[in-house]
Amino acid sequence: MSVDLSVEYLGLALAHPVVPSASPLTGDIDHILALVEAGAPALVLPSLFEEQIEHDAMAVHHGIEQGAGGFAEAASGYFPDLNDYNTGPSQYLDLVRRARNEAGVPVIASLNGVSTGGWSLYARVLADEGIDALELNVYRVAADVEESSAHVELGYLKLVESVRLAIDVPLAVKIGPYFSAMGSMARRLVDAGADALVLFNRFYQPDFDLETMEVAPNLVLSNPYELRLVLRWLAILYGRVEADLAATTGVHEPEDAVKCLLAGSSVSMMASALLRHGPGQLTKVRDGLEAWLETNGYDSVSQARGSLSQRAIADPVTFERANYMRTLTSYSPTW
Amino acid sequence: MRAIQAVSATIDGNEAAARIAHKLSEVIAVYPITPASPMGELADAWSLKGQPNLWGVVPEVVEMQSEAGAAGAIHGALQAGALSTTFTASQGLLLMIPNMFKIAGELTPAVIHVAARTIATHALSIFGDHSDVMAARQTGWAMLSSSSVQEAHDFALVSHLTTLEARVPFLHFFDGFRTSHEIAKIDLIGDSVLRELVDEGLISRHRLRALNPNQPVLRGSAQNPDVFFQAREAANPFYDNLASLTQATMDRVGALTGRHHRLFEYHGSPVAEDVVVLMGSGAGAATDAIKHMADEGRRVGLLVVKLYRPFDIAAFSDALPATTRRVAVLDRTKEPGAVGDPLYLDVVAALAERGRRDVEVVAGRYGLSSKEFTPSMVAGVFDEIARVGGRRHFTVGIADDVTGLSIDYDPDWHREPDHVKRALFYGLGSDGTVGANKNSAKIVGESTSLYAQGYFVYDSKKAGSRTVSHLRFSPEPIDSTYLIDRADLVAVHQFELVGVTDALDRAAPGATVLLNSPYGPDATWSHIPDGAKLKILDKGLVVWAVDALAIAREAGLGMRTNTVLQTCFFELASILPTNEAIAAIKGQIAKTYGKMGEVVVRRNNEAVDQALAGLYRVEAGGVGANITVRSIVPDIAPDFVQRVTAILMDDRGDHLPVSAMPVDGTFPTGTARWEKRSIANEIPIWVPDLCIDCGRCALACPHAAIRLKAFVPDGGAPEGFLSKDPTGKDFPGKRIVVQVAPDDCTGCGVCVDVCPAHSKEMAKHKAINMELKDPHLDRERANFSYFLEIPEIDRSEVKVATVKGSQFLEPLFEFSGACAGCGETPYLKLLTQLVGDRAIIANATGCSSIYGGNLPTTPWTKNAEGRGPAWANSLFEDNAEFGLGMRLAQETQRQDAILLVTALAIELGPLAEEILETAAKNDRSDLDLLVGTQRKQVAALKEKLAGLDGPLSRRLDGVADSLIETSIWIVGGDGWAYDIGFGGLDHVLASGRNINILVLDTEVYSNTGGQASKATPRGAIAKYAAGGKKTGKKDLGQIAMSYGNVYVGQVAMGANPTQTVRAFAEAEQHEGVSLLIAYSPCIAHGIDMSTQMSHQKDAAASGYWPLFRFDPAREVAGDPALYLDSRQPTIPFKEFASKEARFAMLGRVNPEQADALMKDAQKDIDDRWHFYEQMVTIHRTAEYAEVEE
Repeated sequence: MSVDLSVEYLGLALAHPVVPSASPLTGDIDHILALVEAGAPALVLPSLFEEQIEHDAMAVHHGIEQGAGGFAEAASGYFPDLNDYNTGPSQYLDLVRRARNEAGVPVIASLNGVSTGGWSLYARVLADEGIDALELNVYRVAADVEESSAHVELGYLKLVESVRLAIDVPLAVKIGPYFSAMGSMARRLVDAGADALVLFNRFYQPDFDLETMEVAPNLVLSNPYELRLVLRWLAILYGRVEADLAATTGVHEPEDAVKCLLAGSSVSMMASALLRHGPGQLTKVRDGLEAWLETNGYDSVSQARGSLSQRAIADPVTFERANYMRTLTSYSPTW
Repeated sequence: MRAIQAVSATIDGNEAAARIAHKLSEVIAVYPITPASPMGELADAWSLKGQPNLWGVVPEVVEMQSEAGAAGAIHGALQAGALSTTFTASQGLLLMIPNMFKIAGELTPAVIHVAARTIATHALSIFGDHSDVMAARQTGWAMLSSSSVQEAHDFALVSHLTTLEARVPFLHFFDGFRTSHEIAKIDLIGDSVLRELVDEGLISRHRLRALNPNQPVLRGSAQNPDVFFQAREAANPFYDNLASLTQATMDRVGALTGRHHRLFEYHGSPVAEDVVVLMGSGAGAATDAIKHMADEGRRVGLLVVKLYRPFDIAAFSDALPATTRRVAVLDRTKEPGAVGDPLYLDVVAALAERGRRDVEVVAGRYGLSSKEFTPSMVAGVFDEIARVGGRRHFTVGIADDVTGLSIDYDPDWHREPDHVKRALFYGLGSDGTVGANKNSAKIVGESTSLYAQGYFVYDSKKAGSRTVSHLRFSPEPIDSTYLIDRADLVAVHQFELVGVTDALDRAAPGATVLLNSPYGPDATWSHIPDGAKLKILDKGLVVWAVDALAIAREAGLGMRTNTVLQTCFFELASILPTNEAIAAIKGQIAKTYGKMGEVVVRRNNEAVDQALAGLYRVEAGGVGANITVRSIVPDIAPDFVQRVTAILMDDRGDHLPVSAMPVDGTFPTGTARWEKRSIANEIPIWVPDLCIDCGRCALACPHAAIRLKAFVPDGGAPEGFLSKDPTGKDFPGKRIVVQVAPDDCTGCGVCVDVCPAHSKEMAKHKAINMELKDPHLDRERANFSYFLEIPEIDRSEVKVATVKGSQFLEPLFEFSGACAGCGETPYLKLLTQLVGDRAIIANATGCSSIYGGNLPTTPWTKNAEGRGPAWANSLFEDNAEFGLGMRLAQETQRQDAILLVTALAIELGPLAEEILETAAKNDRSDLDLLVGTQRKQVAALKEKLAGLDGPLSRRLDGVADSLIETSIWIVGGDGWAYDIGFGGLDHVLASGRNINILVLDTEVYSNTGGQASKATPRGAIAKYAAGGKKTGKKDLGQIAMSYGNVYVGQVAMGANPTQTVRAFAEAEQHEGVSLLIAYSPCIAHGIDMSTQMSHQKDAAASGYWPLFRFDPAREVAGDPALYLDSRQPTIPFKEFASKEARFAMLGRVNPEQADALMKDAQKDIDDRWHFYEQMVTIHRTAEYAEVEE
C-alpha cells in the first residue's frame, strides 16, 4: 500500500511535503535542477534583499564617482562607464525566470525588505515575474532601546498588509521566534494577510575573533536540536491560525520531517542538511517519511498532520511551562 | 545639397572628435595620455556597448603599450586595408613621429586626433599649447586645427573624408583642455549626413592598395642615393592638391550642415589695416576682442588658420584683406633659437612669396601650457602693432622682466556682453561640484534654446583638491575661450573656501552668492570671514545659503551635496523657471544614475526636493575689525618659498614675472612643509598608555603626518605634549613620542587601521584614534612644532632594517598631495628613512612624479645637515635608462676621483691612503658605517683641497662627492614598468649595475584615471578592460628572477611590514640590480582607502600577491635564492576580490563572465604558487615578529 504524500501548501499542489528552503543552493540554476532531480516538489529561492540592492547601488554610485571631477588627468574618475550595473533586482529576476522555465515545479520567491515602500515595490516586481508564491522574510533586529515591542509588531503587520494589498499571489511570512506573544503575533500576521507562516528564521549572529578582537558575524549550519523550538510552535499554532504552517530550521533526517508533520506542518523545509550532504538528502528524507508513514499505517500525510499538535494530545500543557517542569522532575540525581 | 536638420548635444571637444572617429574607423589603437585619454576611453566604451561604425561593424579598440605601439598598430592596420585612427597628445605624439613619417611617405589615408598639449622641457605640463603638433609638422601629415568644440566635431569629419581622397594622412588637433575638456552645445552630424559624404569608392581603393597575398606587392623598401630623392619628390602632386581637396570637403560638409568652413577664416573689418593671425582656441578670445573693437569702430581683423599643413599661401593671402598693413602672428609654441616661431615664419614666407611686401609682420607668443588668453590681451596686441616702435617679437599674457619681451595690456578693457549669464562654482574634488556643473550645462544646452559652455579648473593635488567651474549661458553661440572674471552668480560649495579663494573677487557688482553653510540663517553671516564680508558689502552682493550637507545626508547621499546645490543654483540663476529646472535636473538624474539603480535616482531626487526648502537669504550684518592679510608662509620660510612658492600656493602664480622662475627647471626641495593645507576633518590622537611603540602607524602613514621620536626631555615641552617610556629595551633613559602633524594630515585613517594596540576595556579604543581636528588643533600644532625641534636620533641607536627602528628615522618625503590613504607613498617615505640622505631618484612620469614634483611644492625634503634625495623626472618611457645613466655617471666620477686622489697622494698625505683603502675595501656589510666613514673622509678632503692649487685639485673638487656611496633608485608605476618602459627596464635588469628599482604597482594607470596595464589582474574592471581583463597579470618578478643575478623583492607593506623593510634594506645592500615590486592599493581599486593596508593582508593571504625575496647572494651561499615570505594561501581569491569594486563590479555587470574570470584568476594563483613552491625549500614568515619584541 502506498502512502499519499501529496500536500497543498499556499494553494499549490505539491507531490510531497519536503521542500528545499531558501539557501545558496536554490540561488543557482544547476543546483536547482539537481534538487528537482532529487525530487524537490517546489523551491523557495534565496531572499531578494532590498538592503543589499540599495547598498550595491549606492556602492556603485560611490565607486563610479570616487575621484571623479577632482583631478585634471582623471576628470572622469577611475572606472569605465558601463552600460548597466545590474544593481537592481535583475539578477534575481533572471534566477526566477530560469527556475520557472527549467525546474518544472512551483517556485516560491523570497523577499527581505527594509522600507515599507520597498517591500511592496519588490513584491510587485516578483509577482509580475509570475512566481507561484511569495515568502516574506521579515525578521529584523530591533536594537533601538526606545522602540517598544508593540511598535515593532505593528511594523511587521503593516508591511504584511501592504504586500497583501500589492499582490495577489499566495503569501507566506517567515518569522523568527523572538516575540513575547508568539501566538498572538502569528494570528495577527495571518489576519494581516499571510496565507502561511514559516517557522523559523535563522540569521547571521555575531561571533568574536579573539585574535583580532573584532566582531565577526557568520552563519553556521543548523543542527537537529534546533527543531524543537519549531516543533513547539507548530504544535501550538496548528489549528489555531487560519494558515498553512511550514517548518524550517533543523530538518535534517526523515524523523525530523515526520515530527514536523505530526506537529502540524504542511511542509518541512530543508537547507543545512542539503548544504552538508547534497540534494540526495532530500530524497532520503522524503523516502524516510514515506517509509515511516507506511510502517505506522498512515494512508496519507494529511492523516498524520497535527496528530501530536497541542490540540491533539492529552496533555496540552506539555507544550507550555509544564514541559520545563517535567524535565526537571524527571531528572534523576546521581548523588 | 541641402542642410539636414541636426540634433544638438552638450559635450566636450574630446567627445565631439571621438564620435566621428569611432563612426568612421575600423581599427582604433590607443594609449592613455592627458588630455587625449577620454577620446580613447569613449571609443572603447562605445565598442564595448556594441555601437557600430557607419558600416555596421563594431570598431576594434586596442590599448597598446605606448603611443609608439599605437602608431605601429595603426600603421599595420592601414597597410592591411583598414580605416584606422588613434588619439594622443604631447610626448605621445612625439613617440608616433617615426611611424607618421612612414604612413605619410606611403601615402596612406589615416587620421590622428590630437588634444594639443605642451611638450615637457624644463618641466612637464599636462596643459595645452601647440608645441606637440608643431614638432610633428615635418612628418608630411596634413594638419587641421579646430578652434572650438563644434569644429572638433566638424573637422574630425573633414579629416576622415579628405584623407581618403587625398591619400595624405591628417593630424586633426584642438587645444588640450580649453577645447578637449570644454563642454559646449554643438550640432551633431548624423549618420545620414555621413553616408551622404563618405565615398565608398575611395574606401575600396584604399583596400585595393593594401597588402594582399592575392596581389602581392612590397612596401617599405630600402633605397640608395640613386633614387631616394626622386621617390621623395614623386609624391608632390598629392600635396599640391591637398588644400583644394580639403576646401572642397569643407564645402560639401557645409552644404549639409550649414556650417561653412574655410582653410583660413577671416573675422572683422573688410578694410582692416591691422590683423592678428593665430590658430586654435585662442580664436574664441580673439573673436570676442574683434567684436568689441568693431563696436569701437576700429579697422582690425582676425585670420584664423584652420589648415596649417599644407600651408596654402594663395588661400592665406586671399583671406587677408587687401588693406592689411600690419599683421601680428601669434604662436602658441616656442622654438628657442629660431628666427621666429613656426606660424610666424610661415606667414612671413607666404606673404613674401605672394609679393605682399607692404605688410609688416610681427611675432607674438601666447598661451603656453594653457596660460590664459583673453580679449584684453588681443587688444593689447593690436595696440602694440599700432604703436610706433612696436616690437617685432613679443610675448603676451606674462610679465617678462628678464628679456623685456612681454607687452602691456589693460586687463579690464574687455567686458562680456550682458546677454551672457556667467556663473562660477568653487568646490572640492570630492564633493561632486564638477559633475553637477557638467550636468547643469547639459540641462540648459539640451532642454532650452540657450547655448551653454562649461570649463573646469583643477589644482594639482589629489587629496583635498579644489575645483572651479566656469559656466556660461547665452542666447547666442559662445566663443569665449577664457575664464570668467565677472560672474553674475558665484556658488561656494565648501564654506571655508569663501575666505581663502578669489571667489568673491570674481563676482560682478550686485552678483548673487550661494553659500553651502552649516551654520543656519542666524549664524551664517557671523561665520563669514570679515574680509569676505567687506567684499560682499562693497560689491552689494546678494548672499543666499543652504545647508547642503545636512540635506544630502538626510537623503542618504553622504557627502554628495551636488544635486542640492545644483537645484539652488537654478533657483537663483533664473535661467529656467524653477519647476522646469527641477524637472530637467530629475531627468538628468534618471539619465546619469538610472543604470546604477532606482535607489540612487530616488535619493538624488529626494535631495532635489528638499533643497529649496533649505535655501535662505543671508541678511548682511556688521563687519568686525578682524581683516587680516593672510600670511601664506611664516617669515622663517626660505627666501625662494617666500618669493615664489607662497605666491603659487595663493593661486597667484599668474602674476609672477619671468625673473622669479628658475631658468632650468631646478627647484629647492623641502617645500611641502610650508604648504599647510589643513584639509582633514579628523586627525589621529595618540593614547600613550596603550601604545607599544611598534611604529606601524608611522610606517603606514602615506603623508608622513604621524611620526615617532625618542628623546631626553628638556623641560621645554608645551603643555599637553605627551610622551611615554619605551616599550622593551630600546632607547634606555629616553621617552617616546608619537606625534601627528595636524595641518598636514589628510585624515585618511590608515594609521588607525593598522594600529595593533587595543584598550583592554574597549576594543575600539586603540593607541591612536581618529577624532575631530578642531578641538585638538591648537594643542597639536604646538606639539608638532616642539616635536620638530627634538633632535633626530643617531642612526646607530636604532635597528635600521626593522619596522620599529626605521620609523624612528627622519622621513625625507613628507606631506605630498597624493590621494588620502595613497598606497604608494608609504614605500617612498620608507625609502627615504632608510637611504634618503644619500639617494638620487629617477622618477618615471605618473602619480609619483605628480605628487612628487608638481608645483607649487615638493614632498622630497632634506635633513638638518642639508642632505636628502635629489630627484628628477625625465619621461614616462625612459625612466630605467635615465636611472642607469645616473649610475654610470656616478661610477665614472668615482673612478676619476680615485685617480685624482692617487695623483694627489703626496699633497693629501695619509688622507689619500685612507680614502683609497676605503674605496678598495668597499665593505658594504654596514652601509651606514661605510657612508659615515666616506663622508668624514670627503669632508677632510674638501678641506685639504681648499688649500691646494692646480688643475687636479679643481677637478677633484667637482667629483669628490662621488667617493660617498650614492643610492640610485629608479621609481615608477606599473604603467611605466610593465608597459611603456618595460624594454628599458628589462635592459637595466640585465645590466648588472648597482642600481635599485622600485615599482609602485597599483595594477592600473592611476594618474590618467585607471586604464588597464599589463599589471592589471585577470577579472578586474579598468578603462580599456571594461568587460573585465581577460588575460593574467604579467609576473614581473619572475622575469627579473630569470636573470639570476637580480635581487627581487615582492612586497606588500600592509601584509607584512617586516618583510617590506627587510626587502628594502637587502635591495640596497645588493651590489647589483635590485627590483622591488610593491603592492600599492589605489582609489582605482574601488576600496575604502582607510583600510588599504588590510586589503594588502587579504591580497597576500589569498596568494594573489605572494610575498617573496629572491636574493642571488643566498644562491652563492648554496641556498635557494628564493624565499617565500608568504604562507600557503589561506583564503580563496574570491574572498579577497569580493571586497574590491574593481573585481566585484564585474560580478554585477556580467556575472557569468565574472565567474569564469574568477575561476581563471584562482587558477593563476594556484599555478604560480605551485611554481614558486618548487623554487624554494624553505617557507617562513616574519609577520609581525617585531611587534612582540
